[in-house]
Parts: sequence; structure tokens; C-alpha cells
Amino acid sequence: MIIGPLHFMALAAVLFSLGLYGVLSRKSTIMTLMCLELMANAVNINLVAFSHFRTPALMTGQMFAVFSMVVSAAEIGLGLALVLAIYRLRKTVELDAMQELKG
Amino acid sequence: MSETVSPVMFLILAFATIGGAVMMLSTRNVVHAAFWLLEIMVATAGLYLLLSAEFLALVQVLVYAGAVSVLVLFVIMLTLRRREDAIRPYEPSWAGTIIAALFLGALYMAITRFVPVIAEMPEKVPGVADFGREMFTTWMLPFEVASLVLLAALVGAVWWSKGGDDR
Repeated sequence: MIIGPLHFMALAAVLFSLGLYGVLSRKSTIMTLMCLELMANAVNINLVAFSHFRTPALMTGQMFAVFSMVVSAAEIGLGLALVLAIYRLRKTVELDAMQELKG
Repeated sequence: MSETVSPVMFLILAFATIGGAVMMLSTRNVVHAAFWLLEIMVATAGLYLLLSAEFLALVQVLVYAGAVSVLVLFVIMLTLRRREDAIRPYEPSWAGTIIAALFLGALYMAITRFVPVIAEMPEKVPGVADFGREMFTTWMLPFEVASLVLLAALVGAVWWSKGGDDR
């Protein structure tokens, strides 16, 4: 059995779908942010796998994965800061309680 | 790292990541979910090692398993008033299941139709030194932009999470 890019793509697809389910179903803001990290992680696995199988010498995919990690680290930092700010105002982290902007 | 991916290691790590994700979504305790996320991140670092991306594996352990997990655990602890609040009600979502399953089906169709073109691995597998050289020559400008993004995120996070009295 030779492990090729398709195996990594399948793994990343399963992880991304699990993260998507988590984002859509959880009602706690922190759980939603954690599932977003899971989805970003699946994307990074794909990028590194393509870097290994397609551009091993240039490592283009690895560079993309580095910048993707930067963006998702910024996202989780800002997201959790927002959660703390909302918690200070509302004393809750439930997504159901935040619906003032409902159209 | 060899240029072929070991099937046994791949299966172990794939089981670890997918099993960790399933456990993270099935546990009702938020703190346990944070620790399962940590396990997923460490297993992903193993996958990166398998793909001969040593630097990314290191960054994954430092940033995700180290910083992000600690940050998530801190925010969970800070937003819990009682210990029992960590246990969430069981919250399945049929709409979420259907959308995720449809998305997985679409991805499956895309993957089965995809014909990968595999490039030959060079004689000497590029290591961390080659990665650094590439990053600070070809990818110099994006690297600087990324550091600006991180600076803005740092300032924003401090601004949002500071106390509300002196604003």
C-alpha cells in the first residue's frame, strides 16, 4: 500500500467535515472557535501534503501552510478576546444569547 | 525523513486525528474537548513529520499544542462560573449533520475524480535550512505582511480583552 496525496486529501476532507458539523451544531462560542481551528488544521494538512507530493523542492505548500497558521493564530486570539469581552458585558458565552443583530 | 510515506504510521496518525475529532465533538465537557483538540494538533504534527515538513511540525507543536490550547483553556476557565458549567447539554443538529454530510459527499466526488501528478522527490530531501532560505528570499514580502498581521492581532486582542472601566 502506497500512501499518496489522495489519502491525505481524504483524511483532510473527513476532518474538515467534522469541523464543519461542529461549527454548525455547537452553541458555545468557545467550542465553535475550536471547531474552526479543526477546519483550518484540515486545510493545512492538505497544503503540506501537496507540498510534499507536488513541489518538494520549492516547498510552496509549506509556505502557504505557514501563512495559513499565522492567520488562524490571529483569528483564534482575536476570537477568544471577543469572547472574553462579550462575557464581561453579558455574563454568557452562549451563541443563542447573542441575537441583537437578527434582521 | 524518507521520501515515501510509511503506511503504518499514516494509518495510526489518521486514526489519532479523526478519532480525536470524533471524541472532541462527542464529549459534553468543554475542558475535555480542549484536551482532545490538543491531541489532534499533536497528531497533525506527526503527519507533518511524515510529510518531511520538520519545521512545520515544530511550529504546529509550539503554536497550536502550546499557545492555542493554553489560550483556549484559559478562556474556558475564565468564562466558567461553576465547575458544572463545563458540562454542556447534548446538542445534536440535524441541519448541521446534513450540511456536513453533503459537503463530505461533494469532496468525495472531487477527490475520486482528481488525478494527482506526483513530482519526483529530489535526491536530497529539503530540510529546515532550505526552508529558511526559501522563506527569506522568495517569500520575504509575505513574511513581513504576516508579521504585521500578527502585530495587529496582538494589539486588537489586548484592546478587546482589557477591562471596560478605563475605555
